[in-house]
Amino acid sequence: MQLRRGPNVVGPWGLLQSFADFFKFALKEPIIPDTANKGIFLFAPFLMATLSIAAWAVVPVADGWAVGDINVGILYIFALSSLGVYGVIMGGWASNSKYPFLSALRSAAQMVSYEVSIGFVIITVLLCAGSLNLSDIVRAQDTQYGMLGWYWLRLLPMFVIFFVSALAETNRPPFDLVEAESELVAGFMIEYSATPYVLFMLAEYVAIVTMCALLTILFFGGWLPPVNIAPFTWVPGVIWFTLKASFFFFFFAMVKAFVPRYRYDQLMRLGWKVFLPISLTMVVVVASVLQFGGEAFGK
Amino acid sequence: MAAVLFYIFATIMIGSACVVIFARNPVHSVLFLILAFCNGAGLFLLAGAEFLAMILIVVYVGAVAVLFLFVVMMLDVDFAELKQGFAKHLPLGLGVGVVVMAELGLIAVGWQSAPNASYAAASPMLANISNTAALGQILYTKYAVFFEASAMVLLTAMIGAIVLTLHHRPNVKRQKISDQNARTRDNVIEIKKVPFRTGV
Repeated sequence: MQLRRGPNVVGPWGLLQSFADFFKFALKEPIIPDTANKGIFLFAPFLMATLSIAAWAVVPVADGWAVGDINVGILYIFALSSLGVYGVIMGGWASNSKYPFLSALRSAAQMVSYEVSIGFVIITVLLCAGSLNLSDIVRAQDTQYGMLGWYWLRLLPMFVIFFVSALAETNRPPFDLVEAESELVAGFMIEYSATPYVLFMLAEYVAIVTMCALLTILFFGGWLPPVNIAPFTWVPGVIWFTLKASFFFFFFAMVKAFVPRYRYDQLMRLGWKVFLPISLTMVVVVASVLQFGGEAFGK
Repeated sequence: MAAVLFYIFATIMIGSACVVIFARNPVHSVLFLILAFCNGAGLFLLAGAEFLAMILIVVYVGAVAVLFLFVVMMLDVDFAELKQGFAKHLPLGLGVGVVVMAELGLIAVGWQSAPNASYAAASPMLANISNTAALGQILYTKYAVFFEASAMVLLTAMIGAIVLTLHHRPNVKRQKISDQNARTRDNVIEIKKVPFRTGV
């Protein structure tokens, strides 16, 4: 898409560039603005990184490979991702500067709005799977049809809505109005440097990977092989899971490269006037089909 | 272990609830309110009510408290002004507090549980279903009417809030997506032949 060669100096093919960046961030001096509210200023990135990593406690990367296989796994991830907004608000407010504050206000409204439609999408999946446990949701997609039995086909509109809402929830382009370098300089993390800054970036990217894992679990059959025949079933589940999650991560990156940034009112319109009615209607439709159309749709 | 965790959660919860009241900075108050909510969720988890715990976090911490924080940060709170009214409003505040305490006391004294409540509490039917399923079963069968009624109350409140805040001011240009999409070359572009040295 872009003919940029990227960083190619550090290590073979530039592979060590990330590590060089990491050491640079970790070893430099964190600068705290004079008027900042110091406690909250330093707590915000810490909170955000903790929350985004904590979400991985319940993700089943293969059958039985979850640290905590809890009954309300999906709600746990949903709760933690909704807490992520606090890192942004606290960071933006504590910096005591105009651009971070504006961006924090934007992000609060944006993340709360898109959580609503994500919640309804999750409800339709739960209705089909009949469980809040992430492993059970994957097992419910284990049919004789292989990848055609996964929920992405049966709940296709919800899959698209979830993907777009995930972009908005993690503040990725085209919904990265939180950062919007053309108007807000760099958003809520302008005043951050060194380790606090790298914690914010870490939190952002871990949240993206979590969303990719969630897409894989809810709609792409988690660790299940795409076709239930011999060469595919030999491959361990964790490899399928990683491949699917990487596939979605690739899409997140592609969207960043080829979609222009939304305007803020368009973003709100999409969330409240398009996604919310569609997902609300789909909850009713899916529930009715499950109730009156028999078990064939759900299981 | 559970007892120790209970006391940890309970202590932090009460402590942060006190800080909510005594903190000088309203933003700190809201942040400690959130901490109190999170510890409340922890207490729910200890009681085995994982669904309620998660819903508490999603609804109160993830949505309601965000809006609190939003408003408190945007408002320019003047501490001196707040302190001024303190002595004047103290009797009123104390009066409300005393009335609420007295009412709570009356309820606590006259509390009578339902005749078969102790039997039901002693034999919870949660042995083979998760408490999410149990909650759903009881909410949508026995208490379906109350559930629907509370939903209607919330819906009414929501519509009321929208009606109160929705003003259609006359001189504001609004973007109409359908109009924009309906524009074609034929109805927006007009080609005119301009005579030399005269203009349109």
